[in-house]
Amino acid sequence: MFRYLIPLALFLALVIFLAVGLTRDPKELQSALINKPAPAFSLPQLKAPGKTISNEDLRGKVWLLNVWASWCIACRDEHPWLIKYAQSGVVPIYGLNYKDRSEDAIAWLGELGDPYTVSAVDLDGRVGIDYGVYGAPETYVIDQAGMIRLKHVGPITPDVWSQKILPLVQELNRQGTLK
Amino acid sequence: MTRLLPILLICLFAPVVVAQVQEEELPSDDPVIEQRLANLSKELRCLQCQNQTLADSPAGLAADLRREIRVQMKAGKSDQEIIAFLTQRYGDFILYRPRVTFTTYLLWFGPFVLLLGGLYVLFHYIRQRRDLIPEKPLSADEHRRAEQLLASLPEKETT
Repeated sequence: MFRYLIPLALFLALVIFLAVGLTRDPKELQSALINKPAPAFSLPQLKAPGKTISNEDLRGKVWLLNVWASWCIACRDEHPWLIKYAQSGVVPIYGLNYKDRSEDAIAWLGELGDPYTVSAVDLDGRVGIDYGVYGAPETYVIDQAGMIRLKHVGPITPDVWSQKILPLVQELNRQGTLK
Repeated sequence: MTRLLPILLICLFAPVVVAQVQEEELPSDDPVIEQRLANLSKELRCLQCQNQTLADSPAGLAADLRREIRVQMKAGKSDQEIIAFLTQRYGDFILYRPRVTFTTYLLWFGPFVLLLGGLYVLFHYIRQRRDLIPEKPLSADEHRRAEQLLASLPEKETT
């Protein structure tokens, strides 16, 4: 009896491996930067090129870094949601305008609205390399101590927001007020 | 549909290709660096188009990473240091040849385990089969028939 169960067990193991493997999104990679300090940057601001914005300016609060560009089609999908979440005031969203022409970017924000407290201009994508960006849009949750706590690749949808980002931000804010 | 297809393709690619800022990729004037880059980038994965190496990929990110590698080589960084720089940012996935770590044991050694398992099953089966075919001694009747057959053979001529 037992010897007939072996092929069945092997088959079930194969089914489980395939079920897990084939439903995974191969584009979604585990970031190497989780729980590491957010790479330092100091970049010109999109709407005020004379001024710079640095990650050090944001120390002490929880913030989101959203990598976007006017050429990025999926960024358009998440944009209305970003505006909604920015208006909710839960967490400030900072933009990293990735390899984009500034005039295109400003026109894009003019057309669709601007959810970003400030957008930093990463013209040559050098800061993107430091953050391990491989496809816009990407969103990072960075805590009070400047550590990356979450990276989400792809557009932010209501599911992603309510299940991944919002609970984490609330938890981080709660921990922050306890200290 | 056939008339629509080119238009659809243009709609699909035009905004992406036209609007992304991409600095022109200038090869280094140092042939040693170019050779090192060629060797190293064959070992690295382009994360945008995941089944291409950094050497082959036309993606913007791949060009940026090649530029970054050139800059670092020019600054005197070793290949190991550059690989460390990239894996810190993009993880081990950027390496085409996965490292031997605890999580990749199955990947590296799984095939050999399967091979050994297969050999074990094969030898086991062969041995079992040999035991299944016992040598049966001839019965008295068969013995007589065999004698007759041998006797009916034409006798060899003796010289």
